[in-house]
Amino acid sequence: MFENLSYGDLGFGDELIAGTLLTLELAVVSLVVGIILGLITAAAKLSRNRIYKSLAQVYTEVVRGIPEMLVVLVVFFGASALLQTIAGWFDYDEYIEVNAFVAGVFALGLVFGAFSSEVFRGAFLAVPKGQIEAAKACGMSNWQVFRRIRLPQMWRFAIPGIGNLWMVLLKDTSLISIIALDELLRWSKVAAETTKEPFTFYIAAAIIYLLLTILSDIARNYFETRANRGVVNG
Amino acid sequence: MDFELLTQYGDRFWDGTLISLKLVLMSSILGLLIALPMALARSSHHRRYWIPAYSYIYFFRGTPLLIQLFIIYYGLGQFEAITNSFLWPVLSDAEWCGLIGMTLNTAAYTAEILRGGIRAVPRGEIEAAKAYGMSWWLLQRRIVLPRALRIAWPAYGNEVILLLKGSALVSTIAVWDLMGETRSIFSRTYALEIFVYAAIIYFLLTFLLTRVFNQIEKRINRYLVSY
Repeated sequence: MFENLSYGDLGFGDELIAGTLLTLELAVVSLVVGIILGLITAAAKLSRNRIYKSLAQVYTEVVRGIPEMLVVLVVFFGASALLQTIAGWFDYDEYIEVNAFVAGVFALGLVFGAFSSEVFRGAFLAVPKGQIEAAKACGMSNWQVFRRIRLPQMWRFAIPGIGNLWMVLLKDTSLISIIALDELLRWSKVAAETTKEPFTFYIAAAIIYLLLTILSDIARNYFETRANRGVVNG
Repeated sequence: MDFELLTQYGDRFWDGTLISLKLVLMSSILGLLIALPMALARSSHHRRYWIPAYSYIYFFRGTPLLIQLFIIYYGLGQFEAITNSFLWPVLSDAEWCGLIGMTLNTAAYTAEILRGGIRAVPRGEIEAAKAYGMSWWLLQRRIVLPRALRIAWPAYGNEVILLLKGSALVSTIAVWDLMGETRSIFSRTYALEIFVYAAIIYFLLTFLLTRVFNQIEKRINRYLVSY
């Protein structure tokens, strides 16, 4: 049962590792895209401009109300339809398939952005008003207040929420196997079907995910302690 | 937009929606039933109780639901002991496997939510109950669990919404839920609006669920006086 998991030509061990690396890559790139989207959306929600505010609200509500899997499919097939239409204007009629990694990053980034915007908004508001007033009284400009006071402390309030969302994101990468990206679950599926040992390979994939979760837990604790090192308890 | 598709495939959307709702309803109830004792075990100080509960919760929260479904539906067939057993008619059926996977998964998340609720039960209430001479079991049943459920209710509502969204994953093991129907109709028509219809239905379902949970929250907390 275990030789199928070995490294090299005989087993699928090396394929699983390659899949794991792609999973991680997908998760990290989506995280970056998602954080940027989340910050922009949070800024829109906090702005006084009504149009920005409602746009951000609609985006968050829609993404939060529909399954992640549907987001993935809509982005994947929607993007290819969109490209097809644009290509059609230039008399190009061949079928265009969107790169699964790019579509995956977009889809997961969209989901992460919607959820993280709430975390960022909460973190922004959690910085005590007195500190902002004090900074202003010291003569800091709005930008200085943001950079010196708000941003460093926001981070502290945002870490637990962002950490949770990262865990969700990490597990959601498995969804991208549906659009045939060769990440961990897809390789496990290929291996399961070739060797007729589905249990072995799906459990192996589960264990790898579990290890990634444990590592993330450790990292989150480290970041939390670090971000709170300047805070005196009690 | 082409509304013909909606009239043509309306029945299938409806059937799929019913299956999705059925799965969510059943797995949330069964999951809650498993989660109650599990949350108590997780909150226990005895190792033989909290370690198994903790491991279960960690495994199901630390791995994707998609893989859990694959393990149950595709994986268990690897063992002859299972394919020859009386359980096989259940474990070879996609819908049953979907229900089992969703139940086991939500039980883990719900147990963790309930644990938070249990920890938040005011110490004084427990002391008062003990002072009345309540046994451990009576204390859990009358004071701790009802209070914990009320405290944890909003978080539990969120979990059921996530469960509804996660239910779409059962389409990957050939269950004809809303997502399964959607994908099948899309592969026949290649019309993007099929996804829009599905999104609207899911959106309405989450909206309705949120309302239901808010109503229940008001009802179960109606004895609390707001100052």
